[in-house]
Amino acid sequence: MSETHRPEARVEPIDSTIEPAGEPAKNKKVEEASLLADAWRSLRKNPWFIISAVLLVLFLSMAIFPQLFTNNDPRECLLGRSRQAPSAEHWFGTDIQGCDYYSRVIYGARNSIAVGFIVAIGTFIIAVLLGLVAGYFGSWVDAVISRFTDMVFAVPYILGALVFLNVLESRGVREVAFVLIVFMWPTMTRLMRGSVISVVNSEFVLAARALGAGPITIMRRHILPNSLGPVIGYATVFTGIIIGAEATLTFLGVGLQLPAISWGLQLSDAQPFLQTVPHLLLFPVIFVGLTVFAFMTMGDAIRDALDPKSKK
Amino acid sequence: MSLSVPAAAADPFADKPSVLEVDGLVKHFPITQGIVFQRKVGAVKAVDGVSFNLREGETLGIVGESGCGKSTLAKLLMRLEEPDAGSVKFRGEDFLSVKGDELRRLRRKIQIIFQDPYTSLNPRMSVGDIIAEPFKLHPEEKPKQGIRNRVKELLDLVGLNPEHINRYPHQFSGGQRQRIGIARGLALNPDVIICDEPVSALDVSVQAQVMNLLDDLQKEFGLSYIFIAHDLSVVRHISDRVGVMYLGKLAELGTQDEIYSGPAHPYTQALLSAVPLPDPTLRGAREQIVLQGDPPNPANPPSGCRFRTRCWKATEICATQEPELISRGQITQLSACHHAEQNEKVIPAHG
Repeated sequence: MSETHRPEARVEPIDSTIEPAGEPAKNKKVEEASLLADAWRSLRKNPWFIISAVLLVLFLSMAIFPQLFTNNDPRECLLGRSRQAPSAEHWFGTDIQGCDYYSRVIYGARNSIAVGFIVAIGTFIIAVLLGLVAGYFGSWVDAVISRFTDMVFAVPYILGALVFLNVLESRGVREVAFVLIVFMWPTMTRLMRGSVISVVNSEFVLAARALGAGPITIMRRHILPNSLGPVIGYATVFTGIIIGAEATLTFLGVGLQLPAISWGLQLSDAQPFLQTVPHLLLFPVIFVGLTVFAFMTMGDAIRDALDPKSKK
Repeated sequence: MSLSVPAAAADPFADKPSVLEVDGLVKHFPITQGIVFQRKVGAVKAVDGVSFNLREGETLGIVGESGCGKSTLAKLLMRLEEPDAGSVKFRGEDFLSVKGDELRRLRRKIQIIFQDPYTSLNPRMSVGDIIAEPFKLHPEEKPKQGIRNRVKELLDLVGLNPEHINRYPHQFSGGQRQRIGIARGLALNPDVIICDEPVSALDVSVQAQVMNLLDDLQKEFGLSYIFIAHDLSVVRHISDRVGVMYLGKLAELGTQDEIYSGPAHPYTQALLSAVPLPDPTLRGAREQIVLQGDPPNPANPPSGCRFRTRCWKATEICATQEPELISRGQITQLSACHHAEQNEKVIPAHG
């Protein structure tokens, strides 16, 4: 059996007989199987990932280089051309102040996505730290962290944000992001804690302890790489949720303030004219919707790709 | 009687020094009630006074049914759990009280191989990183030839292709993964390896390969094994001495020969009589003992002898007086039974 040629089997478990050590190295390209390489391989084949990636690249470049998309200045407003319908000159028409609506929607991407990213990153850091500590140490440490998390979780973020943002005189991206972080970290923390608990009693963690590894080493080398997957996926979905939340808060009048340009403000301004000039509402809604959709689809795809159990 | 088994009784390890001396090891897991203020309402007596010693180059098999405390015993010996009482001495040094650097030094000498090769290897680390981890945690033991070369040597030693150093655990079969676990255990040149059911999760054909590997490594490096299993034939194959556990206590302890050809404790007899026989002509030629009922709750074990609720020999003394693990009368092995009596009828005529 060992004499007959064996088809090259790379991923399947290798035959238990030892392959001759001197086998030519050229067809020996061992497949990378690290966290990221693995995830990337499965992501490339996922059509939803490709769709969401294209959309995200579009919106991100809109946020970073809005001048690539429009030559008009969003702040150049002429009251004389107020509330025009979409035309060749003004693709999305003009708003009440007579500003070019297309350029305003394009420029609105920056604030929305900035809030999304700042909140997602801040929440991710809090969630990973607290979840790791709570899940790894358990007992009273876990009890204290978990009960505190539950307390914050019990406050609806809209209520919390309304109360806190209402007392602030001037509200920019920083203030809105801060308040959203304060009220929205519990969900991700709970997810991280659960993810840590599911690996903390694995035999490979026991093996590391038996070798004399300390808590920091075990958390860094063994627990983090095996528990981050679902949290990274959720953080991406969460960015979409936050962009929606920012638009909601701004619409309710406690988010960003004029003269800032944001999709939420546009929605808020357009509301009284829903029946007369519906496109003022339509375009920001499409942009908010597509951005949230892109982040959520991307998050789902990433979560699936990072899940070791989805591996063949 | 003692003349009938003259040569077999000679213990080849009698003059070897002990590497591990375990005395009166106890571990009770508390059962608590209440959410905020937890009160202790009882304790699961997982390991309740286990004593034995392990000598250089020897394999001590520990058998027993599920839940009898075998794996807890392994964790206690690794200090993955702290025992409530008792002592573990490694070459005369008290392993249970050492701390810091001393503990790290002793940890190198006692290693463990786990049951499930699918969960005992970190799926996010390459084989090279997994086997190199002991050297990263113990820089004093850094091999002279370089970590990577040493890892390749270890892979070769356990019968894996050293070229596969960059592969990940999911690219290997169960038996190969168990070999990776063994290579990790060997990395720091330990004296004692605790094998916690190392072959239970493997196919029978692969079981034999892994056990032969363990056997070869023992001969090559003079390792001592504590081999925990629930499969009597596996333990028989590899062990020099065998301890039979029941509900957190040792019921019988003796050489492989003593236990397998003249079991004295009724529990051991029942276990042996249940071993399936490959030869159909021998079936029916032995006495079969079928135990009634389930093992009692380890949180509330029976008084006196723990086996008495399922024992056909039980009398009044069994309920009042706990039998000690001692040599009784003509019986050379240690047995914890007031009515210990060798019974060869449960053993098939040969084999």
